[in-house]
Amino acid sequence: MVGIVLVSHSLALALEVANLARALTAEKPAVFATGGAEDGSLGTSIDRLRTAVAAADQGDGVIILADIGSSVLTAKLLVEDLCADHIVLADAPLVEGAVAAAVMAGAGAPLPDVLAAAEQARTTGKL
Amino acid sequence: MDVHFLGAWMEESARVVHEQRDRLTRLDAAIGDADHGANLDRGFTAIREALAGSSPAAPGPLLTLAGTTLIKKVGGASGPLYGSSLRQMGKALGDAGTVTLADLSSALDVALETVRRLGGAEVGDKTMVDALAPACAALKQAVADGLKPPEALALAAEAAAQGAEDTVSMQARKGRASYLGPRSIGHQDPGATSTALIIRALRDVSAC
Repeated sequence: MVGIVLVSHSLALALEVANLARALTAEKPAVFATGGAEDGSLGTSIDRLRTAVAAADQGDGVIILADIGSSVLTAKLLVEDLCADHIVLADAPLVEGAVAAAVMAGAGAPLPDVLAAAEQARTTGKL
Repeated sequence: MDVHFLGAWMEESARVVHEQRDRLTRLDAAIGDADHGANLDRGFTAIREALAGSSPAAPGPLLTLAGTTLIKKVGGASGPLYGSSLRQMGKALGDAGTVTLADLSSALDVALETVRRLGGAEVGDKTMVDALAPACAALKQAVADGLKPPEALALAAEAAAQGAEDTVSMQARKGRASYLGPRSIGHQDPGATSTALIIRALRDVSAC
C-alpha cells in the first residue's frame, strides 16, 4: 500500500489531519504525520520528515503532502535528495489532498493514482 | 581564495546576521512571519559551531557543510533556500584547494539557480532572487572585465544592496507576503535584505 506522509509547520495539525484522513477511510492506509522544527517550535525539520518518509515506505511508494512555505521547500528538497521515483511530493492542499490520497491508497491504488487523486483536490471546487 | 577565505565569509555572515537580527525580524514582521532574523541567526550560529568542530580541508566541502547545517537547523523557509544554495555552491567548487574569482562567480550562479528551482521565484517576485540575481550578474561582468576580487565583490555587494532596496516597490508573488497582494508594496523583502548582507560579508572579507 502507498504510504502517506503529512508535514505541517505544526505537528499537532499534521496529527489531526492524519486522524481525519484515517477516519474517513474504511481500509486503514498508512498515514504518517510529522511537523515542527527541530526544537519543536513551528517550522519544518528535514530530519523529522526523512524519518517519517522512511516509516511510511512499505515498498509501494510514498506520497508527501505539505502545508505551506518551509514545509513545501523542505519536502521538495528531501524528494530531490532521495532521488527515488517512488517518493513524490503532491501539489495539493493538505486536508483535502490527505483525504483524497488516503481514500485512494486505502483502496489499494498504485502511486500515480494516489498522486492524481491528491492533486485533483487542488482544482476541485467546494461550492 | 582558499578555505580560510570561505571560512571567514561564513564567520562574517554569522556576525552580521546576528548584528542585524532584529532589523531582519522587523522587516519580516511587516510582511512575513517575523522569524527571519531569529532563524538565520540560529542557522549561522550552527554553521560556526559545525565549522569549528570539523575544519573542512577545502572551500567546496566547507560550503557543503555550511549548507547541510542550515538545512538541518533552520525550520523556516530560509533553511532549505540558503542551505541548498550553499550546499550546491560547495558541490560546484569540488575539492579544489583554492578557487578563482571566476569559480566563485560560477558557484554563485549555481546558488541562484538552486533558489529559483526550489522556491520557484523569478526576478521581480520580491524574494532573495531580487538581490542574488543582480549580484551574480555584477560578479560575472567583473570577472569578464578582469577585476580583482575586492573590486569585483564590491560591485556584487552594491548590486545586491540595490536589488534588495528595489524590492520595496515590488508586490510579493511568493511566500507568506504574497497573501498580502498590493499591501506587500512599500516594504523591503527580508530575504533579499539578508542576501545583500551575506554578499556584503563576502566583499568585506575580500577587502581584509
